[in-house]
Amino acid sequence: MVQSGSGHRQLGGQPGAVPGWVGYALLPLLNLVAAFALSGLVILVIGENPINVLSLMLTEAVGYPEAIGYTLYYTTDYIFTGLAVAIAFHCGLFNIGGEGQAYLGGLGAGLVALALTGWPWPIVAVLAIAASALLGAAWAFIPAWLQAKRGSHIVITTIMFNFIAASVMTYLLVDVLIRPGSQSPETREFDPGVWLPSMERALGWIGVTVPASPLNLSFLWALACCALFQIFLRHTRWGYELRTVGRNERAAVYAGISPSRNIIIAMLISGALAGFVGVNEILGVQHRVILNFTGGVGFVGIAVALMGRNHPIGIILAALLFGVLAQGGGQVSFEYPTINRELVMVIQGLVILFAGAMENLFKPQVEALFRRRAASAEPAAEAGRG
Amino acid sequence: MEDLFLLILQLLGATIRVATPLVLAAFAGMYCERAGVVDIGLEGKMLAGAFFAAAAAASTGSPWLGLLAAMAAGIALALIHGFACVTHNGNQVVSGMAINILVAGLAPTLAYAWFKQGGQTPLLPASARLPSVQMPGVEAINGVPVLGSIYRELIDDTNVLIWVTLLIVLATQWVLYRSRFGLRLRAVGENPAAVETAGISVTRLRYQALIVTGALTGMAGAYLSTGHGAGFVRDMTAGKGYLALAALIFGKWRPGPTLFACLLFAFTDAVQVRLQGVPLPGIGVIPVQFIQMLPYLLTVLLLAGFVGKAIAPKASGVPYVKER
Repeated sequence: MVQSGSGHRQLGGQPGAVPGWVGYALLPLLNLVAAFALSGLVILVIGENPINVLSLMLTEAVGYPEAIGYTLYYTTDYIFTGLAVAIAFHCGLFNIGGEGQAYLGGLGAGLVALALTGWPWPIVAVLAIAASALLGAAWAFIPAWLQAKRGSHIVITTIMFNFIAASVMTYLLVDVLIRPGSQSPETREFDPGVWLPSMERALGWIGVTVPASPLNLSFLWALACCALFQIFLRHTRWGYELRTVGRNERAAVYAGISPSRNIIIAMLISGALAGFVGVNEILGVQHRVILNFTGGVGFVGIAVALMGRNHPIGIILAALLFGVLAQGGGQVSFEYPTINRELVMVIQGLVILFAGAMENLFKPQVEALFRRRAASAEPAAEAGRG
Repeated sequence: MEDLFLLILQLLGATIRVATPLVLAAFAGMYCERAGVVDIGLEGKMLAGAFFAAAAAASTGSPWLGLLAAMAAGIALALIHGFACVTHNGNQVVSGMAINILVAGLAPTLAYAWFKQGGQTPLLPASARLPSVQMPGVEAINGVPVLGSIYRELIDDTNVLIWVTLLIVLATQWVLYRSRFGLRLRAVGENPAAVETAGISVTRLRYQALIVTGALTGMAGAYLSTGHGAGFVRDMTAGKGYLALAALIFGKWRPGPTLFACLLFAFTDAVQVRLQGVPLPGIGVIPVQFIQMLPYLLTVLLLAGFVGKAIAPKASGVPYVKER
């Protein structure tokens, strides 16, 4: 299915070949530059100065403490969905259903918070994390099972499940969970005692003052998930089996590893990770279950995983980039009357196109360049030795 | 009795109007998927078609120039898809996704900058919209029972693109199964290496298929904004591209069944509009959302092999790397 990360595997390794950093640093950077160059062109077409717009975007995203809080809040979502897509990639699966899984995860977190009014927040947080993981994983389970047992293409089934999730959630919020007497389709607000503390409050306990922002403790959980992800994948037997299935299903069968079992495990973890978006959004920021709170995070996760080369460090960096785009892009629309929020999606789309679909665009040229340099350097080195 | 008959006719009329963009997009997807290129970017190409049709029609006053602009936009995006997936062997799903996100941002961004109406295009006057075809003799035949009503409700006053869509359906059936191009197209989706061995360029064929895909998705978008609607509004396609993809799969990548799937999905939509809040005898009120999710649920069931079996073109989704 998806041969993610095969780029740098082919690059490094062989003697006299192109250095590894070309694959995981230089090529993504070149793709990014291309994407931003085209974005600049779009900005030019709508009559603004691209340099000014893009630099304002950067300032509004990382220029002052409050902005950084907002940026990291977006980053939290993207780390979760990026990891979700990455774990599926490692098993050779393409999970486009992060959107629906995150939506259901939010329902899980919301139900826990609604039910446990008056409980201390740490217990609610732990249970909400468990509930969002459970519902996210459950939503991923059916496509996973269908892929593993019946061979139904998981890309299509997860797309379908995004739409089914949207319908189910609309039904629940309009007809079942709606606050009695309310017109807008959302639940009642949670009791403030069960809210996941914001970073401002949490840092206040240890005497650090930061400005208010939606950033909350789920950011730390996202970082913890990155560590757990790496430990699971690289240092446990389960992770090894999962990666073996992703690399070569037939070899896995010969080694006594069950592909269908690992497909299901990978998707359950993937769904759970996507579900954690619900903890950040619902328990940490919105404090009620609302319609469409996911707003495309599942799709951005695909770009994050691709750019981050399915490695947690890469995912954090890529999530940060998309966090900067989301925050900076939103602010730019306030400053420029001709620009609206959707400009962010243009840049996102171009980044996904260049970093994801055209990741090999500059590879032949760059590789040739390095080979030429290596070839011209080698005789010189030999001459030096002689 | 007479009322019920009229109601059924109105439902069928609505079904045809809803089905038209679905049919165009699903048949667009059929060309490239039969050639081995997966396209989940139907949605984005349709949205681009809808925007550029409305934008061109609003600024020139001609719906035909709008239609051309829509098809050009669809083709341009299809060529980007081809450049990423055929030329550079990129991931087809990622490329399609990128196109969807790009257009979802680009269309309102350009609309916002060009027309300054909050991401919409101006409301189009009747002269800038694709016309409906007036049939002769409606008055004469009106008195005839049954036939008169059918002629009046279904045939007369039908948008020109609906007729074009009908032609495209027939043409596709012929092209895919009776023409040399169609034979090669289907072959390249099943076994590109064999086609290349026969001295036919896989790359060329896949690009040709993608151009047809782009043109048809553009047309589907133009129908939405200048045929059925009167201008472009934000998120106009609202998942219709994905629904068309579902219909294509539900129709097992074949023209006849795909047309049927589109009509079925459109019919559920037409019924759903009428069923809102109406209690059914013995069942009560069915929430709209359950009817809305029906097409997706049916497609999943089909993919699971519980309702027939959908087998995709064998080489679909796999980049073709020429042997050296």
